[in-house]
Formats: sequence, structure tokens, C-alpha cells
Amino acid sequence: MWKGGEDGKPPRKAGRREPRLGPRSWILRLRHTTVVSTKKNIAALRRETYTLDFIKKQIEEFNIGKRHLANMMGEDPETFTQEDIDRAIAYLFPSGLFEKRARPIMKHPEQIFPKQRAIQWGEDGRPFHFLFYTGKPSYYSLMHEAYGKILDVEKHQNQLRAQGLFSEKTKTKDLIGSRWLIKEELEEILVEKLSDQDYAHFIRLLERLLTLQRGGAEEEFVQRFRRSITIQSKKQLIEPVRYDEQGMAFSRSEGRRKSAEAEAVVYAHGSGRVSVNGTHYLRYFPVTQDREQLMFPFHFLDRLGKHDVACTVSGGGRAAQAGAIRLAVARALCTFVTEEEVEWMRQAGLLTADLRVRERKKPGQEGARRKFTWKKR
Amino acid sequence: MPPGPALPRLLRAGVRPRPQLLTRTTPGPARPSGRTLGSAAAPAVSDPEGDSGLNDRILREPLKHSDFFNVKELFSVRSLFDARVHLGHKAGCRHRFMEPYIFGSRLDQDIIDLEQTAAHLQLALNFTAHVAYRQGIILFVGRNRQFSHLIENTARDCGEYAHTRYFKGGLLTNAPLLLGPMVRLPDLIIFLHTLNNVFEPHVAVRDAAKMNIPTVGVVDTNCNPTLITYPVPGNDDSPPSIQLFCRLFRTTINRAKEKRRQVEALYRLQGRAGAEGRSPASAPSPGA
Repeated sequence: MWKGGEDGKPPRKAGRREPRLGPRSWILRLRHTTVVSTKKNIAALRRETYTLDFIKKQIEEFNIGKRHLANMMGEDPETFTQEDIDRAIAYLFPSGLFEKRARPIMKHPEQIFPKQRAIQWGEDGRPFHFLFYTGKPSYYSLMHEAYGKILDVEKHQNQLRAQGLFSEKTKTKDLIGSRWLIKEELEEILVEKLSDQDYAHFIRLLERLLTLQRGGAEEEFVQRFRRSITIQSKKQLIEPVRYDEQGMAFSRSEGRRKSAEAEAVVYAHGSGRVSVNGTHYLRYFPVTQDREQLMFPFHFLDRLGKHDVACTVSGGGRAAQAGAIRLAVARALCTFVTEEEVEWMRQAGLLTADLRVRERKKPGQEGARRKFTWKKR
Repeated sequence: MPPGPALPRLLRAGVRPRPQLLTRTTPGPARPSGRTLGSAAAPAVSDPEGDSGLNDRILREPLKHSDFFNVKELFSVRSLFDARVHLGHKAGCRHRFMEPYIFGSRLDQDIIDLEQTAAHLQLALNFTAHVAYRQGIILFVGRNRQFSHLIENTARDCGEYAHTRYFKGGLLTNAPLLLGPMVRLPDLIIFLHTLNNVFEPHVAVRDAAKMNIPTVGVVDTNCNPTLITYPVPGNDDSPPSIQLFCRLFRTTINRAKEKRRQVEALYRLQGRAGAEGRSPASAPSPGA
């Protein structure tokens, strides 16, 4: 590869040498060479297994560290909660990183290390679980249990039918408002990997149990696998009505759009006068489009000349300020309006903040989306 | 076919002592045995004194009798007939290697010879009892979904293991990867259904033969009995028949384990008393 070089070393370039002061003062700059390791790091390739002792040690260290941290912050070590720890860490290690998960954290080891299965057999080698040799003992034992419950219920029903006490009651209890566990949640509970077919089979089994008439124990068993969905509350935050010194009813609320912030005070009775930052809105917004934006909430509710508005706005540009005031006005109007009309406003999009901001320009492109002109040759 | 000349050969096959179980007298670090690659042969839980002579006697004593656990009394040809064990499939489904076990066929349905079944069943139960006595791991396998729940319950009741679900390919042959690094494989596999859901031989039959694991299997007229160590020709489709087999296996295993506990307690007492040279009173059946 290299020409010359009596001793096999790469020839030194002239520019690299320091001025001749003596043989000792030749500083040979170290050339960075990458060492290629031929050994495969098999342990790193395999999934890391944490032993029970390791986890226990981590928990002890965490508890000791928590007490040290409490002492450092001057708080009582006994009543030092996780939120206090988070605040203390954020104070001691301020980080400007955007990714919240990359910032320093101090949490209980059970939340950090993934849950793993302990060794599943005893000293004599006999596994503890009777379905160990299936490969997914927890999942299959769950299936076994569910099927056993179905058989019990059917047997009970047959007995009742034989005695003639069976009554065809179909109770659809409150299944509305709850959903089945998703596959990831089930995997987390069982600490086992499942396939989609396994999950579907399990859900089908539970639904079959639900179609039968079941007692309290079976109901409890099924409820373990249902999660309640928080119903999207359609109730908007409605500002309460306030009264100023003259006894006029008004409502104040805020709105934002791009970087404009607005605060609007809407009076219950008025004649349609709008003042923005002290000036008449005709002067402040010469463009019709902006004034239309202000008018839209009133126009929508047919209350065009019935309210007075006094608002302050700062930041942003012309249209952004108009949008911010519109949102603020719409929110303030909710106080004087029926719930049905609030729902109409919400569906019309008057009560939703517009989150659109200017997208940044990316390198290698001319703008946020526009690419450079592509030339074939 | 008269059971006379065939039986002694089979009996001798069952009684031959297995060297690796006998030489393991002290519980030490598990070393891989020649039989199951990559798995640890478990040390038989020895008595606390570590007396190898007593342990040897515990293990050798049952082998001197042909029916130490008296499994003959658990069933009879009449009870097999009542449980409909003799009913096979139609003549078109007949497997060629099952012809020796078939008594005849009536209205195109094959009838299994219950005399042979009784003989084979006695050998199979005897072998199962010996394996359970020596604290081996027994795995119940069956793929008929109608009886999956029953088989799993049976296994749980005797403290053994069951696999009536989808059988992953390398479960026995690639066990260190699928089940864990130092896993112990089953010492006996009992097939209550030799075929899987598509009427093909269950993968575990071939894999157990590969891994030198003895098998006991209920073979119907459409099954291949060649790879199974102790085939038991019988019906595997009717509920009473499978319930009978489950009950028989459960009783033998519980009986053998109970016997083992009794013998160990007896030897422990003898060891504490310091009496030597007294052979234990060999009681063939713990309960009638």
C-alpha cells in the first residue's frame, strides 16, 4: 500500500514534522486507526437478562439515593415522593434536551427495567407451572381458566333447565363505556409474547362467556380484562359570568393563534361596538377579512348587534391577531349561550384553537416543503 | 395374536435398568446426560443422609417385580368394553401397521382386540408408574380440542405437565432456545391422541423418538404405532374412552408417587433408627 517505508510504517509527510530541534522533538501525530474486533459480542446480541439479585440491589441503591437526595434538597427523607424526586432532579440537572425521555430521570427500578420472568423450575429441574412445556404457560392457563368457567356456567344452566327453573334473561350490562384490553396490555400482564391469533382467540372466548348468563364470579373474571374508556367530555370549559362595578354582566376569556395572544371581554348587553386595544375595530383592522373573522361568532349565533366587545391583543401578524380575538370572543360567548348552541359552536370549529404554526425550513430543501429544482443531468 | 411369545420380550424391554438414573445418587451440579442434549438431567432427590445404598435399594426394589404397583386391578376387559375402547374407525381409514391389533370389522367399522389392548395397557401403566416412582417428568399430549380441557385437568391433578395446544416446531429438539438454557425435558410423553387436527402424526412422536424420550400412546385404527414405545391400541374419539384413560393414568401416577413417599419415609425412619441390613417389607399395592 505505502511506497518506501523501510520499517513498514507509513511514510511521514514533510508537513507533519516539527522544526528540526533534535530527534526527540519529532512529534509523530498519532494516526487514528480503527481496530476491527473479530469477536462477536454475543452477550450484547442476546436480550439482556437481569437477575433478581441485580434488581434487588438496584432497588436498595434507589432507596438510599432517594434519602440522600432528600437531604440534599433539605426535605424530610420519610415523606419524599416521586414528584419531589422529579422536581429535585430537574433542578439539579437542568437539561435543554427536547426529548423528555432523554433527560436525566431517577425512578424506581421496576419502572425502568423491563419485567422479566424468573427461573421457572426448581432445584430438581421440574417446572412450577403445569403448562410450562407449551411455551406460553400464563396465556394458556388463562385460556384454560376461561374455558373452565364456560363449562361450569353451561353445566349450571343445564341443571337449571333440567329442573325447569331456567329463564331466558339476557342482561346486557354496562359494556358500553369499557373496551377489551389491547394486545400490548395483555402481553404486559402476562409477560409473554402473543400472536394476533392468540389474542383474537382469547377475546372470542371471553365474548362467548359474556353471551351466557353468568354469576358474580364470572363477571369479575371478565371485568379484569376490560378497561373503561374515558368518554370524551363534550363539555367545554365555560367561563362564569362576572359583574363589573356598574353591574354590567360580562365574560372574559383568552385566545391564541400563531404567536398572537388576545384577551376579550364580551358584555352581555350592548349594541355591537368592538374596540381592539382601545381603538375602534374599523381603524385597527382595515382589511374586511379580519373584521369578518371577528364577526363570525356573533353571525353564527345570530347575535350580531347584541354584544359589546373590548379586547386586547399583542404579538403575531394581522390575520393571527384576528384569529386570536375570534377564539377569545367565541369562548367568552359560551357563558351567555345555551349548551346546545355551545355544541354547535364546537362542531363549527369556533372553540378549537388553531395549532398551525410556520413549518421550519429543512436543509437540502429550498423551503419547508419545496425541494430544489431537479435536474436530470 | 396370542400375547404369550410377544409379552416376555416387551416385559424385558421395560424392565431393563436405565444406567443414568441409577448412577446419579448424589445431588450435584447437573451435567448433561447422553440422552437429552443441552438439557440438565436432574438429580433424583436423594434422602438427606446421602446414603447411596438406600437410594439404590429404593430404585432397584420395584424392578424385581413384574407388576410392583398392581396396575392390573385398575381395569378389566369388561371395563374397557363398557368405555367403548374397542371401537375403531371405518375400514377405509385403517392404517396398515394397526392390522395386528384389529380383531375384525363389523359393518365396515374396525373393532380393536381388547385382549391385546389389555396386555399393552398393563405394560404402559406399569412403565408410567415406574417413571413416576423415579420422579420423572411426564408430559400429556393430545390435540383433540374436545378433550383438551380434560387432559390439562388430569395433568394438573397428578402434578405432571400437559401440552394440548399448538406444538411449536423445535420444542423438544431446540428446547434450550425455546424454553430456557438449562431446561429439563420430559422423561415420558403420554399421547392421548397420536394425530393432530389434520390427521397427520403429531410432531412430538417423531421428536420424542429423536430425543430418546420413551412414549406411551393411545393409538386408534388410523394411527401409526411404530414410533411409539408403548402403544395402546384403543379408541381415542369417544368421551368415555378418553375419560377412562385419563382416570387410569391419573390413578397410576398418584399411586406411584404415594408409594415413593412411603418408601422414602420408611427408609428415613430406618436410617434414623440405625438398623442396617433389614430389607423393607415389600408391599406390592399401597391400596386396593
